[in-house]
Amino acid sequence: MSGAFRIPAAGRLKQAKTARFSFDGQSYAGIEGDTLASALLANGVHLVGRSFKYHRPRGILSAGAEEPNALVQIVRDEARKTPNVRATVQELYDGLSANSQNRWPSLAFDVGAVNDLASPMFSAGFYYKTFMWPKAAWKSLYEPKIREAAGLGVSPDRPDPDHYSSRYAHCDVLVLGGGAAGIAAALAAAETGVRVILADEQAAFGGSLRFESGARIDGQDGFAWAQAAVAKLAAMDNVRVLPRTTAFGYYAQNFVGLVERVSDHLKTPGHDLPRERLWQVRAKRVVLASGAIERHMVFANNDRPGVMLAGAARTFLNHYGVAVGRNVGVYTANDSAYAAAIDLKKAGVNVAAIVDLRDNPTGPVIDEARALGIEINFGRAVIRAGGKLRVSSMTVQPKNGGGERTIPVDAILMSAGWTPSVHLFSQSRGKVAFNDETRRFVPGTYAQDCVSVGACNGTDGLSATVDEAYAAGAKAAKDSGAKAAKGAKPKVDASESWSRGMLGAAPGAGPDTTVKAFVDFQNDVTAKDIRQAVHEGMRSIEHVKRFTTNGMATDQGKTSNMHGLAIAAETLGKPIPEVGLTTFRAPYTPVTFGSIVSHARGPLFDPTRRTAIHPWAEAQGAVFEDVGQWKRAWYFPKGGEDMHAAVDRECVDVRTKAGLFDASTLGKIEVVGPDAAKFMELLYTNPWEKLEPGRCRYGIMLREDGFIYDDGVVGRLAPDRFHVTTTTGGAPRVMNHMEDYLQTEFPHLNVWLTSITEQWAVIAVQGPKSRDIIAPLVDGIDMSDEALPHMSVREGKICGVPTRLFRMSFTGERGFEVNVPADYGQAVWEALWAEGQKHGATAYGTEAMHVLRAEKGYIIVGQDTDGTVTPDDAGLDWAVGKKKTDFVGIRGLKRPDLVAKGRKQLVGLKTKDPKVVLEEGAQIVEDPKQAIPMKMIGHVTSSYWSQNCGRSIALALIAGGRDRMGDTLYVPMPDGVIEVEVTGMVFFDETGGRLNG
Amino acid sequence: MLLIRCPYCEEERPELEFRNAGEAHIARSANIAGESDDDFEKFFFIRSNPKGIIYERWRHIHGCARFFNAVRDTVTDKFVMTYKAGEPKPSKLPGAAK
Repeated sequence: MSGAFRIPAAGRLKQAKTARFSFDGQSYAGIEGDTLASALLANGVHLVGRSFKYHRPRGILSAGAEEPNALVQIVRDEARKTPNVRATVQELYDGLSANSQNRWPSLAFDVGAVNDLASPMFSAGFYYKTFMWPKAAWKSLYEPKIREAAGLGVSPDRPDPDHYSSRYAHCDVLVLGGGAAGIAAALAAAETGVRVILADEQAAFGGSLRFESGARIDGQDGFAWAQAAVAKLAAMDNVRVLPRTTAFGYYAQNFVGLVERVSDHLKTPGHDLPRERLWQVRAKRVVLASGAIERHMVFANNDRPGVMLAGAARTFLNHYGVAVGRNVGVYTANDSAYAAAIDLKKAGVNVAAIVDLRDNPTGPVIDEARALGIEINFGRAVIRAGGKLRVSSMTVQPKNGGGERTIPVDAILMSAGWTPSVHLFSQSRGKVAFNDETRRFVPGTYAQDCVSVGACNGTDGLSATVDEAYAAGAKAAKDSGAKAAKGAKPKVDASESWSRGMLGAAPGAGPDTTVKAFVDFQNDVTAKDIRQAVHEGMRSIEHVKRFTTNGMATDQGKTSNMHGLAIAAETLGKPIPEVGLTTFRAPYTPVTFGSIVSHARGPLFDPTRRTAIHPWAEAQGAVFEDVGQWKRAWYFPKGGEDMHAAVDRECVDVRTKAGLFDASTLGKIEVVGPDAAKFMELLYTNPWEKLEPGRCRYGIMLREDGFIYDDGVVGRLAPDRFHVTTTTGGAPRVMNHMEDYLQTEFPHLNVWLTSITEQWAVIAVQGPKSRDIIAPLVDGIDMSDEALPHMSVREGKICGVPTRLFRMSFTGERGFEVNVPADYGQAVWEALWAEGQKHGATAYGTEAMHVLRAEKGYIIVGQDTDGTVTPDDAGLDWAVGKKKTDFVGIRGLKRPDLVAKGRKQLVGLKTKDPKVVLEEGAQIVEDPKQAIPMKMIGHVTSSYWSQNCGRSIALALIAGGRDRMGDTLYVPMPDGVIEVEVTGMVFFDETGGRLNG
Repeated sequence: MLLIRCPYCEEERPELEFRNAGEAHIARSANIAGESDDDFEKFFFIRSNPKGIIYERWRHIHGCARFFNAVRDTVTDKFVMTYKAGEPKPSKLPGAAK
């Protein structure tokens, strides 16, 4: 037997398949097909959690995704501890282990419940008021304590071991919601042959047909019809049926996000199964069939475990075969709760009394309840529920006051009516309209190609729903290009129908009371809190929401919205539509980060780019650093060297012998065409027309505002062909910048731009022995200084493969950059390396490259410049063509601020103590004794230990820096002030003689 | 995710393939070096930022790589139309998009 409250004759689950599970360490039996909630209720467990603020005991309110109370932690193993799982959604599997949340030391005895007694302190907006004084206590005391106490559940503390997948899908008709309406719409659309996707958040399709025992369609029980119809749909080639799939967000142009829970319901998910699958669907038409959500009654202690929605009690009975009590009371303001009373009574449960707020309603369900001998009280209210860990009674009073009567019960089933679920419609930017007669918001003005059908459209009754949905499905198919349908509309033989109800606080929880009548269970918001918010000056419903937190968190207004709105409207003395509805936001129910991130994590988060020479560097034991997406060899430690020792050795070797450096990541763009030189004139500050083929020039690219955007050496291979290099990180944006001007400002120029970064591997060979290393391998290039001087380029062959051989230097030594097709990169590198070994050459990494260039005062755009640096600021005014009449940035350079005195200029810094290496980014001041906040006049941009100079060196941007040569400035650091001297930017070989060997 | 029609590919493609490139129809002066401070300020710094119809540049960067112009409603985020770079600002817009 799977629980004392299981009624063998009721429900649709097969009793044979027992599933054992545990809750807070206690072992129970359930049945496969149960949710955790139905299995707990079958065992008589209603108390499942403590509330967020007051730590009040809470039970299961609903049977679906709207559940605000029954949030539990599901524990599969150490790494898989999912918090805030709604017990009403989690399907039971054998071995499931769940724990309650927000309680200590135990669910039945929770120390935090003292908050309930201290509740005057925690009224609406308490955190804006109570913790304001003393000011210092906020940071040290209040915030840490509140953070500890607040929040729902405990996050897992290990990396998520599951995998998630992601799919894009296109369809003609996307049907969201698989109740009677959704199924009818899907049938109508599918029968025309168009592509249909039908999704429902539940494991089984059918929606309200799960509990509507009075529904009959096509001669069958409603739920059985739904299963047959969905099986038929699933068998069709043009239909995709997605159970356990929640549409969480409706975005622009019928783009809908769905999450499919693939394996959370399985005992042992296979390794080939993702935990969840994200579907991103683009649909020509969307049919919204999201149903309606039952509202609770707002009365004192309406949150006691055992007080639940009438429709939920019916679902537990009719679908899961579980009685939610043995002696239930019913409190309602509409007909639907009568059906719950009738079903329970027929199943053998005692119905103590129905309390109906309405004065003298009539109708078949009322007659039937009366005929079954159930006591019915019209015009009365339940003014409070008794009991603490479980409801024990309901106290009834005539709604206009009078004598009280207390009726013992072990459950109260309540219904204030049904709220159309317009969440997705509202997310689609549709505007809702308030229907004064039925007092509900329904879809009004549509913003996208979608249509609402059934209960979410305010359509009452199964027959009308199926008619509407079938017609809408057929029309959606037709609008997306279908021919006429071949099928037949489902025929509704019998149905249930109700509408209306009440909004706001029930009698006994009115403005003159101080009782705890909950509007939003999850956020512990009472009717009194809403009124208080209005009294404290909140006029907009959006403000009321934020002040009280009503409808926030996972609830998103599902159960709380309309009651909260009605109470605010009443207090404001305004009609509901004038107070307005809060905005519905995605996600409809919580979405895991895993499903959104999918495979894009760890090494798959971002592409990794490796150069052709990467495997060689790896084999040599290089330490790599990330530069954008590139992996670059940082340094090559030998024999237990640390980074410092390795870099020092590499730097010295390059200047005394030679070094090989993998510069393949350098951005490279080929600018080709009859107007190539004209284009270069416009994009770079330098003059290009007169640069002879075979020569190179250091180019500076500005933005239109006059600030340095990129730099690099450009070689002219032919009158109509330039080989442009860019910074490693700048390649894509420089290409974009060039394309932008070529396509939109200078389209008259006959030029083609091609990114060649990945086509050419680049091996820098630098140092006094560099030519000796390269020369034996080169064919067809005269390597003499006369034929190939500094800043020149030749095309020829190296090791038998084509090369663009640049004589250039980023070290200040005689240097070459050997470009070879990337496929030959490693082979040529190995040949050069072998040759280099004869001359004692070293391989050096990016760190040594940085030190060597800083020794020469060569800047790195993005490190020594920051987007507010002009060529003159960087000491590069010589590279700006003074006779030019146009280039990008020419006008920006003339802006008053850019020519003003006192701009920050790039200079060198030497610490007074040569052993002290400054911190990059450190601020510089004139007077270290001045009061804090000090006036900062600049900052360190580059700083290294230079073994070649035998001291530390640094570059810095300093206001009026070039006028401060020789001055002493100060760098205040946490452990003392560092004295520095302003110098020129070149620390090594100031005359530059080494460039020429 | 929006669908954007590339006027060169003549096809609607997902937003991920495109990159916005700021307001359109802001011409760079042929004599930019001689521009007054006021004119340069207007050209470089001032953008209309309207509530409603905006003319802006987009690039089909992960497609044909062409820059083009688009008319978009900043309130509804809907594209009214797109057209090729260099074509004049449309004097008449097609009726409100669906």
